[in-house]
Amino acid sequence: MKVTLIDYGAGNVTSVARAVLQLGAQVTCSHDPVEIARADRLVLPGVGHCAALITAIDSYALRQPLKEAISSGVPFLGICLGLQALYESSTEAPGLAGLGLLKGHVTRLPDGVKLPHMGWNQVHSKRGSRLLEGISPEAYFYFAHSYAAPATGAESVAACTYGTEFVAVLEQKNIFGVQFHPEKSGAPGRLLLENFLRCAA
Amino acid sequence: MSLARRILPCLDTDGARVVKGVHFEGLRDAGDPVELAARYDAEGADELVVLDIAASRDNRPTFLETIRRVAEQLSIPLAAGGGIRSLEDARAVVRAGADKITINTAAIENPELIRELSREFGAQAVVLAIDAKRVGSYWEVRARGGRQATGLDAQAWALRGVEMGAGEILLTSMDRDGTQSGFDITLTAAISLQVNVPVIASGGARLPQDFLEVFTQGAADAALAASIFHDELQSIRALKSFLQSNGVEVRLPC
Repeated sequence: MKVTLIDYGAGNVTSVARAVLQLGAQVTCSHDPVEIARADRLVLPGVGHCAALITAIDSYALRQPLKEAISSGVPFLGICLGLQALYESSTEAPGLAGLGLLKGHVTRLPDGVKLPHMGWNQVHSKRGSRLLEGISPEAYFYFAHSYAAPATGAESVAACTYGTEFVAVLEQKNIFGVQFHPEKSGAPGRLLLENFLRCAA
Repeated sequence: MSLARRILPCLDTDGARVVKGVHFEGLRDAGDPVELAARYDAEGADELVVLDIAASRDNRPTFLETIRRVAEQLSIPLAAGGGIRSLEDARAVVRAGADKITINTAAIENPELIRELSREFGAQAVVLAIDAKRVGSYWEVRARGGRQATGLDAQAWALRGVEMGAGEILLTSMDRDGTQSGFDITLTAAISLQVNVPVIASGGARLPQDFLEVFTQGAADAALAASIFHDELQSIRALKSFLQSNGVEVRLPC
């Protein structure tokens, strides 16, 4: 099974690549629009700054191939900022358009809690989830972010509460996203990535 | 259901091997970083910190190789630091597999570095390490592994660091470090209640009770220890069970 990891030159993508490799898939890291247009499965890991991610997507001319691939049904998993990039916009990236594949806006978590939301937290299920199949509802996942998408959309299958309720896991047809880092979340994270690969088979 | 308090084992290395000492002095070998990393991951550590306490230019490649080998073992986040003086140094550490960069002396000498790192990697990846020592009525920031006085007030420095873009503070009490007489609760609370980012308490851990106190009275978001874990005086699993039975939310491995 081949997985194309979108590598836009920021942050630690090696750990995502390693985690997927360990599950027996072949991994290609790429920011080549042609390769991304041809991918069978796409993973967009994201750490750092949302504006940097969106700017990188545009500077490598990945916006169109990415949107077309996802719209044509290629299984896609967005991790952290990779989830946030699916929405229309983010207050972290004023004036820049997100991929707009999902309706809604990413906003900063409220004052009154320490930010970044950093560490291990639990998620609560809103409806049946393919990614969370077989994972204990008590499981903790590793989060490291200050911005999040509202949990009110139909795509939101599990939410997390920290200052406010926000999307932790989203699923809409072939589009998957997680706000936490499955590649850093021990055994439950591994299981989640395995579930994605199964859904994408 | 809320954010779990974190337990962080720390590997102080000379680049290649884990070492330990009291007050950063009298170092002796404490094991292989790769083996320890795998053990702590399996035992339920929430994150691993790897520091190059020698931090000399010459053993940089060795330290980067250690990060790479440690990162391969982990299914939890990795913070690495020691001797990071520039954006380029930080990039090398991140490329080697670290999720977070800890900076200390270089940030004191050039606070602008915090902003540069935060802009490139995001605040969540920038850990400002502060070594604080009680001097009269305040805590003074020490540089160069605790050896150099700076005249900086630790509370003011923590606030400034956060303002510059640090996403977390690793706060070491120089008075308690290596003494196993418990965390400095007063210091930890003073900083943690003041800044709006997570604070990792460090220095002096010995008993499960010490961890309980630093979470409940010290308002720490995470607690770090080294030798009690390396010497197997304390298992992470048992420590977390103790904390949970005392009402502290922790992540118990499934």
